[in-house]
Amino acid sequence: MSALRVLVLAESSATEATPISLEQVALARKLAEPSGGQVSAIVLGPRSSDVDRQLISGGADKVYAAEESISYDPDVWVATISHLVSETSAGVVIFGHTSSGSDLAPRLAFRLSGSIATNCENAAIENGMIVATRVCYGGKARSVLRLSRNPAIITLRPGSLTPLAPDTSRVGETKSISANTEKARSKLLERKQEDVRGLRLETAKVVIGGGRGLGGPEGFKLLEQLASKLGAVVGASRVACDLGWCPPSMQIGLTGKTITPDLYIAVGISGASQHMAGCAGAKTIVAINSDAKAPIFADASIGIVGDYKELLPKILDEIQRLNS
Amino acid sequence: MKILVCVKQIQDPEIAPGLFKVDEASNSVVAVPGIAQVISPYDEQAIEAALRIKEKTPEAKVVVITLGAASARDVLKHGLSMGADEAVLVEGPKNGSADGFVTASVLSEAIKKLAPFDLILTGRQSADLDAGVVACGLAELLGIPSVNFAKSVDVSDGNVVVDRVLDNGFEKIQVQLPALVTVSNEMGPARKPNLRETMKASRKPMQSWPQNDVNKDAGASQELIRLYVPIKEKHCEIIGGTSAGETAQMLVRKLRDGRLI
Repeated sequence: MSALRVLVLAESSATEATPISLEQVALARKLAEPSGGQVSAIVLGPRSSDVDRQLISGGADKVYAAEESISYDPDVWVATISHLVSETSAGVVIFGHTSSGSDLAPRLAFRLSGSIATNCENAAIENGMIVATRVCYGGKARSVLRLSRNPAIITLRPGSLTPLAPDTSRVGETKSISANTEKARSKLLERKQEDVRGLRLETAKVVIGGGRGLGGPEGFKLLEQLASKLGAVVGASRVACDLGWCPPSMQIGLTGKTITPDLYIAVGISGASQHMAGCAGAKTIVAINSDAKAPIFADASIGIVGDYKELLPKILDEIQRLNS
Repeated sequence: MKILVCVKQIQDPEIAPGLFKVDEASNSVVAVPGIAQVISPYDEQAIEAALRIKEKTPEAKVVVITLGAASARDVLKHGLSMGADEAVLVEGPKNGSADGFVTASVLSEAIKKLAPFDLILTGRQSADLDAGVVACGLAELLGIPSVNFAKSVDVSDGNVVVDRVLDNGFEKIQVQLPALVTVSNEMGPARKPNLRETMKASRKPMQSWPQNDVNKDAGASQELIRLYVPIKEKHCEIIGGTSAGETAQMLVRKLRDGRLI
């Protein structure tokens, strides 16, 4: 088998690679290693040499970085990535299953007549071909796909893998690349960062989620009170977001955030598969629901059947009592 | 103005998780007796987006199109009953093809026959395979720009303006028509079929095209090796005291003992 080259689209702030980027690098390493292949990361947004070092100590051999941050535009980004895939003869490209990754990956797959599996939990190499396990049927099932055309393109669900322990002795180089801006067809009129809570959800150790059972947006105030006591972040079910009780950035589930906390307290959430797809990685799930038949109890390790309006103030009191 | 809405018929995604079964020998979902095939909810929201544009631009014509078996006429009728004007069935396998490249290729050929068009709308992903591949693929094959995950879609002066959902906020994007936009669940609930449109629906044009008419060479890009339902090993311990206060105490103690809080 010839040496497999794997390319990862890494996302970062100016100082730090996102956790999912390091998961992508770990997966890339696993795929490239057996053939003595190479892992390259590409960073088109904001970055610094700290980001490059983080990606390299996390498993990348090379970082291709835009000299200046390229404002997100799918046409520009796809053209730039596609050029690099051809230039480096990458056989696999790994995106995060984020709003930009799921926007870019299918376009790239068609641009290069490759193959694609989105929303993957894992991937491996069998007989020289990528075999990917993906979440489907609203989180109820998994499918295993053999990707038969190159490049094989994957989007990886956040929280699916553990990043490699950083190895600071690893060396790698940073190469600068330029954007292919002539391809832009869309005009950005406005960009609003609505809420930072959404981003904190994915790394929080304790998450409290609210759903339709809260009965209205007021219920979330109680959740916020509990969250501030526990150092937790509040999220919501799709229904609660679609009803306008919460901004979409708080949505946990298949089309929202994937969370992997040590503790997830789900309040008034029935436990639809599409929601559970976003929180199955929680170590302990506590379900509070007035309906004893709610499917959430099948996924929870601790359940309370009752009215959250009565229960939550008592839980707050009890925590207060223990802390004082 | 002509708006095409691509829709898919699927097994009702809202069925209780316990009813969902897979036949591992054939790698396929077992049809549940009595559970209806429905329009994929994101696609229903795409029809809603089209009809909201039509309300502001009454001369707009909304055409719903699907790739599927004869049974998929039901989702086309659903679209017509919501208020769409015409429908096209591209005959193919039930619930379409699982390979996004094949579906996009077949649909793009069909859409070329419906040209000229201004806007293509569809759901962000089908609510069965949840892949989110076909829409961008269609745009690529048709050579038109596309915008993903719309919360709202407006058309003016030959452009479409989309509020697009990001991980942590929104973007307002403008692209020139013709373009393709995928609609996300943040669009909000779709309207129900109404009596007036339902009465008219049977008189609205519905075409049926054999796939051979439109299919060029749609080579497969992937192979399904296995479909399975992950096993849940969780056991739920229900706790409850004689009062809310006591239950709260039990829970907090338990979480404290487990060093979770």
